[in-house]
This record gives sequence, structure tokens and C-alpha cells, in this order.
Amino acid sequence: MYTEKVMEHFKNPRNVGEIPDADGVGTVGNPVCGDLMTIYIKVKDNRLVDIKFKTFGCGSAIATSSMITELAKGKTLEEGLQITRANVADELGGLPAVKMHCSNLAADALHAAIEDYYKKHGKGGDTNK
Amino acid sequence: MLLSERTLSATKRVYMDHAAGRPVEPRVIEAMLPYMKSSYGNPSSLHVFGQEAKRAVEEARAQVAKLINAEKKESVIFTSGATESNNLAIKGVANRNKDRGTRILTSSVEHMSVVNPCKFLTTKGFEAVFLPVDKYGFLNLESLQKELTDKTVLVSVVYANGEIGTIEPIKEISKIVHGKNVYLHVDATAACGQVPVDVRNEGIDLLTISSNDMYGPRGVGALCVKDGVRLEPLLHGGGQERGLRSGTENVAAVVGFGKAAEIAKKEMQTESARLTKLRDRFIDGLLKPIPYSFLNGHPTTRLPDNVSVRYSFIEGESMLLSLDMMGVYASSGSACTAKTLEPSHVLLAVGLKHEEAHGSLMFTLGRHNTEEDVDYAASLMPDIVKRLRNMSPLTPKELRM
Repeated sequence: MYTEKVMEHFKNPRNVGEIPDADGVGTVGNPVCGDLMTIYIKVKDNRLVDIKFKTFGCGSAIATSSMITELAKGKTLEEGLQITRANVADELGGLPAVKMHCSNLAADALHAAIEDYYKKHGKGGDTNK
Repeated sequence: MLLSERTLSATKRVYMDHAAGRPVEPRVIEAMLPYMKSSYGNPSSLHVFGQEAKRAVEEARAQVAKLINAEKKESVIFTSGATESNNLAIKGVANRNKDRGTRILTSSVEHMSVVNPCKFLTTKGFEAVFLPVDKYGFLNLESLQKELTDKTVLVSVVYANGEIGTIEPIKEISKIVHGKNVYLHVDATAACGQVPVDVRNEGIDLLTISSNDMYGPRGVGALCVKDGVRLEPLLHGGGQERGLRSGTENVAAVVGFGKAAEIAKKEMQTESARLTKLRDRFIDGLLKPIPYSFLNGHPTTRLPDNVSVRYSFIEGESMLLSLDMMGVYASSGSACTAKTLEPSHVLLAVGLKHEEAHGSLMFTLGRHNTEEDVDYAASLMPDIVKRLRNMSPLTPKELRM
């Protein structure tokens, strides 16, 4: 039911972990629904220089978490905010219809982390200057 | 090549999803072959071809009746499987006995083919009550007694739970139900062929059984109906199966089912003893080395093939995929694998929180599984659990490595 790309990311997820001194943290989902995801970001010169994730969830929740870290790394914050659930699913070669909410989660978690960064540092702010 | 024949990264292939599908026993296939190759008569025909087919169907009926100790072979009505049998029992009794009452009682840990007919009937003027169970899945007998009103016409209870393995006290339930002069339907799909089921001794009015669950072919099952039980058919037609299930008999499948029942009757005791030992060894192997791991269902009053466990802080489907990569094929209590995203209603009914239910894993053992198989599968779990826990934001700090 999953594409090879999904399975590959599930087997070898990129950027798993936490960033203890993260500039922004976003958590979405709910263990009650079977999916919970936290994204940690490190920002420099308005760019996502580091990004890590922790996920409780099914195979596609883990694969989409991994994929969004790959898609977002190196992008500007504005570009990060523009990554959608469709982008994540497309990059994974598609997801089963019933699983689309997981990839929604991945984009939401990234957006929440960026919003958290804005809240803490203000738009255009930079902790590392 | 079939997907299941493809060697993935695994060197071993261990099938432990027998509740979902069982291999058809070679002796069963042998028995079926003549009825697919050369004996193609219709049991309703008068000529020799028809009579040969009829004899085969009746012999199978006797074999199935013997397995469940039915009062006579005619009590056995062949159907297309457990789903049809459950539908026939529940809708058939409800519709035929409206004059006596419109209330149906069932448990909150039933198979969907019991849950959904009951729910459907509530749209047709009937009332369905889903009785609570305790943490092991045992039916709450006090609440059964309390809800058994004069308007009740049917109680439907699973013999043994297909997800968590718990075996219900059917004899006790029967006493309570019959004390009120109400029909008792029992879904013995998961149990029959593994544990002795005796409709007369246990006081069962309608019993659902399935062929594939005892290594027979798919697409055939039976409803055993006690004499005198008033029932309306689902299918109307040529009046086969005492008018309760019209349609030309699927002779080869019925013959296979009969053979499977005969083998089950003969070999159940030895095989169940072997499986019970294997099951307990497996449960120990799965739980002992891993903290925050638990057994679902009752530890001893459970089906010999059922191993249902859960691991905190991680989700079932990701465990399943990890096992699949290593050549172990199991099932999950998490609905992430199913069509809905809700976790199993059975796991919620025994009092698990959603996130606990999502962390469940179900293995069902079979004739081909060995000690080596269960040891191999158990040996994979510590690494799988560790990897997924390291990825999970729910994992407490002391468990992270």
C-alpha cells in the first residue's frame, strides 16, 4: 500500500531527534488519533539551517516527517511556510487516501515551528546575529 | 510472482496472521478436488450426478454437526461464511420474532459482522444494547441480567474474541439468557476448531462457524440452528438449506469445510496443547525483555493461537512494517492499517486509552508455526521497539538510548 519512497523514508528516516537549543518548536496531532509530531528548527539569516523531528505514528507519519525535514532544510522561512501537504505527498510518490492527514500533519508541524520562531524572535528576527 | 513470494530484506518468512487467513490443509484440498474436476452435479437434481453431490454435501453436514455436537446434522445450515451466518442469525431472528420483542443484546467486543447488523436493525425499529466487558474482555454478567428485559428476543455473544483471545463463559451466559426464555446466538468463528464447542452442552441456540478458521476453504461457513428456533432467511429462492439459505450449494467448498471439521475434531486436542505452549513461550519472549509492554486479554482463558500485546509510546502499524521487513507477518490493533482511523473498538472496550490501543500488535499462530518461529519473531522486538521509541516524542527520557 505504500510506495517504495515511503518505505525507504520509514526505514531510514532523515533528521530524527531533538534540537535542545532550537529556535522554534512545533507540535501537532494528538496521540489519541494515533499521530503526534514535533519539529525542531534552527534558524540563521532567515534560513532553516537545521531541522529535526520526533514522531509517534504510523509508517506514513514517520515517512512524511522525514520528508518534510528534507524539503525544508536550507529553505527560507517564507519558503518553509509555503510547503504544503500535497508537496510532501507528491515527493513521496503519493500516499494512500486514508493517510493524507499524516502528511497534513508534517506540513502543519513545520508551520507551527516557524510560527513559534516568529513569536519568540519577531518576523525578520535572528537569534544568531 | 506473487508479492508474498518475493524475498524482501528478510531471510526468514514467518506467517503469524492466521486470524486473517489460514492456509487450506492439503488433506482438505484432496477431498475437494473431485468436486471441482469430475463431480459437478447439482444436489437438487434427481439423477446420479445430483445424488452424488447431495451425498457429499450431507456427509459434510454430518462432519460439521459432529464437531459442534449438534442435535442432528440438519441443524447445520451452510452459508458463504461467518459474516453471512452472523447476519442470518441476528437479522433472521429479529425480523421473524418482532411479535415477541424488538430488543437485542450483544457485547461491546463483537466482530463487525455482529456489530453492524445490530446497528442496522436500530434503523428498522429495533433496539440494540452493547453490553460492557471487564479489562480482560469478559462480558459483564450483571449488566446482561439487568438489560435482559421482557422485550429482548436475542442475545449475541462471541465465543472467544478474535482480537484479544479471551474466551467467554458461554455456559453461564446461556443459563442467564435461557432463564428469560430468550435466544442465544454465539459467534464461534475464532474459537471453533481450536477449543471444544458443544452447542447442546453449552446451551447455544444459534452458532456461527467458519471454514477457513479451521483450515478449510474460504467462502463457506455455517449457522447451526437449534430445532424450534424461529428464523427468517436473508436469501429467498429455490429453498435450499431448509429454506433458510437458498442458492445452489457450493459443493466443493462444503466438502472441504466438512473435511476440515473432521480433522479439527480429531486433532484439536493435540494441536491446541502444542499451540498453547508456543503461545505462552511467545508472550514471555515478547514482554519480558521490554519495559512498558503488556498483554491484551486474559493470560490463560484465551485462545491457543492468540498473542495480542502492546508497547507504550509507539504505534502499531510502524511495528508491523518493521516486522514485515524482517519477514514476520502479523496484524495490528491499530486502525491505521484499516479503513477507518479509529483504533479497534475491542481494545477501547476493555478500557485501553486510544494511544494504548494504537500501540497494539496481534500475532495469531497456526499449524506451521514452530518454536523457532516464535523465538525469531520475539528476538526482533527489542530493536524495533527501541528504534521507534527513540523516534517518539512520547517516550520518557529514561527509556531513550
